[in-house]
Amino acid sequence: MSDALSTRIHFSDEQAMLLDSAATFCRERSPSASVRRLLATDTGFDPAVWQAMADLGWLGIAVPEHFGGSGLSAGHLAVIAEPLGRHLLATPFASTQLFIQGLLAGGNEVLQADWLPRICQGTVGSVALFEDDGDWDLSHLQARAHVSGATATLQGHKTLVADAAVAGALLVSVQLDGEPALALLPTAGLPAQALVRETVVDETRRSYRLQLDGLQVPAATLITGIAALAALQAMRNTALLLASAEAAGGIAGVLDVVVDYLNTRSAFGRKIGSYQGLKHPAADMLVGLERARSHLHHAATLLADGDDAEIALRMAKVEAGDSFVFAGDRAVQFHGGFGFTWDCDAQLYLRRALWLQPWFGDAAHHRRRLADRLWPLAA
Amino acid sequence: MSESVSDERILASPELDAFRSEVAAWLAANRPPTPDFLLPESFMEVGTDPQFHYLRDWQKKCYQAGYLGMTWPKAYGGGGKPQVYQDIATAEMARAKVPFFPNTIGLFWAGPLILAIGTEEQKRRFIPGILSGDDIWCQGFSEPDQGSDLANAQTRAVRDGDHYVLNGSKIWTSLGQHAKYMILLAKTDPAARRYAGLSYFLIPMQVPGIRTQPIRKLTGEYGFTQTFFDDARVPADCLMGREGEGWAIAMKTLTFERGASGGQAGGLTRMALGIEDVIELARRSRRDGRPAIEDPFIRDQLVRFQIEAQGDRLCVARGQVPALCSERPDAIPLSNKLRFSEHNRRLYQFALTLQGANGGRWVGDAQAVDGGLWPRSYLNAFASTIGGGPSQIQANIVGERVLGLPKD
Repeated sequence: MSDALSTRIHFSDEQAMLLDSAATFCRERSPSASVRRLLATDTGFDPAVWQAMADLGWLGIAVPEHFGGSGLSAGHLAVIAEPLGRHLLATPFASTQLFIQGLLAGGNEVLQADWLPRICQGTVGSVALFEDDGDWDLSHLQARAHVSGATATLQGHKTLVADAAVAGALLVSVQLDGEPALALLPTAGLPAQALVRETVVDETRRSYRLQLDGLQVPAATLITGIAALAALQAMRNTALLLASAEAAGGIAGVLDVVVDYLNTRSAFGRKIGSYQGLKHPAADMLVGLERARSHLHHAATLLADGDDAEIALRMAKVEAGDSFVFAGDRAVQFHGGFGFTWDCDAQLYLRRALWLQPWFGDAAHHRRRLADRLWPLAA
Repeated sequence: MSESVSDERILASPELDAFRSEVAAWLAANRPPTPDFLLPESFMEVGTDPQFHYLRDWQKKCYQAGYLGMTWPKAYGGGGKPQVYQDIATAEMARAKVPFFPNTIGLFWAGPLILAIGTEEQKRRFIPGILSGDDIWCQGFSEPDQGSDLANAQTRAVRDGDHYVLNGSKIWTSLGQHAKYMILLAKTDPAARRYAGLSYFLIPMQVPGIRTQPIRKLTGEYGFTQTFFDDARVPADCLMGREGEGWAIAMKTLTFERGASGGQAGGLTRMALGIEDVIELARRSRRDGRPAIEDPFIRDQLVRFQIEAQGDRLCVARGQVPALCSERPDAIPLSNKLRFSEHNRRLYQFALTLQGANGGRWVGDAQAVDGGLWPRSYLNAFASTIGGGPSQIQANIVGERVLGLPKD
């Protein structure tokens, strides 16, 4: 009991109002037909919706006021991301928030002043952290930067770069003299062949391979040393929070789809929701949702309070990620033959769950990290 | 269950800090020595006289020290203090892992009920003995043929002059053989519709015609009894409220039992045995010549349980934030028993696998790990996954009342 985990959850009236308006916004702007219409588009999102989110001040929630934001903590992002996930509303929100938090944690005042005000107004930002081997350890890097005079030349490539084609700038992780560093790469003037679209399981997402060879940035814009490590950690923390929030929202969304079908569809003269074989797993989905939301808002509380949130964030990612995959998997099964078709919304949620699970570490990875943190092994 | 939460909510003040230190010091100095027999997990598992006397002596000692019933009125033996004092004392008992108090039904259900709606005479007669442990209470709600369907109680109470004459049988009577009093739900008017014919009694157990028969559990231990009423005559003033109010009073009792209403006397109700204890067990168990907690598979299993346990603790915390429960306010409370009871059952089952070849030993064996606590706890965990409505019924309740799915 001496190392008992905190159970603190704070939620202000301001957060409650924000959650309420985000829920309404996402429900109204993202009916199933809109989600499906956007699947086939190049960018995958509706610029009018994105601009509306910027106008509501949601992009800059966690940006300091002197850069045009609201000055709240990254913990407050959960109340936006949860309804985004519930209604599968596709936007570059997560990419942009990772860029913001990386820049805030590691960037200097000049870089921050250059980019953050624009981002708050609707300029998209993203991050390029993964490589071909899919390693979740963000400090294992093959891409490199070489500094010569005032110029840094980049080499190698990055993968799974979200929303790169619409982003104004990317934070790109590279090694510099064997240590992790970040290059702030504006996309203006990027050669056309530098970005190649990737095909991913969640068709609401847009993902790209980024070819770095020969690209140059001013050496002064590199984020290095402790600042780079802080930025990597901030981006990972933000990713875990947003993934947990999107997944928790996703469980709630797919549960709505399931409950609706179980209350409508009949078989052998009864509504199928009356069969315990379906009712009990539906109850399990709800239990997963409740535990996931509790972990999520606890992790958000610790982030907001500036406390060490690593354990809480990893636990939230595990619980929300696994419970979302379970709920999506069962949702397909419970729709029977219809569930096997493209037209059933269950597949949209299952594919989202399958995308989120390996994003910044799957459940087994985080459980292993948690074990090492909770019960360190002797060296 | 809510200790960690209330712990964080207790405001710091010099006076309360001093009180906390005082309780901690008293517990350290006065905790009873570890007995040479295994203690029960809760009042439902008290199976032997030595277990019973050990726990009752501990309750009396804590009461005499002033750490039990701290909020109950002084006129009836209570401490007359604000709730925060009892919360601190209870939290310190949990922290110190001292034994629980065996008079659970008196301290947590019958006592608060009597204080809330009892007569002055009932309060003076019953409350002091509940606190001291001199008067053990039991509950006569469930019947052999009715399962959890309380409203269908068939035990009869017939008015005869200054007495009621009782006939029938109650089952799952915890502490039935030790109890001096019982809260009893019985039918006074068989012609009335379902609820209207029921009445509520506070009856003495030591009267002719009342007999208790121990029930042997799957663990081989005793703890429950079946109680038989054969023309047992109890004074008419045992009736609580009026005839026909039994169902309403029973429902009020359940709000105390489920913790939905405050006013309980305080203290622990069970041996806390959770994930932290299993982690500690994994530290001292061995695998391949090394501590079991270094085994990758065991670490993965432990983290799974830790995440689940933490999720349920956090559900208690989130349940106190209405804005985070507004869509389905019943989701956390109505899934509470299902989550906790099933978690514990699987956790204790897992704990057996940590013990290597010794996992097959049982209570009484000299080499049994922790005296056989773990296999016994696993088997007794079914008391919670079955009692009070089995998990399968709980899943129906969640599906139907929280999610709005059709009935079977």
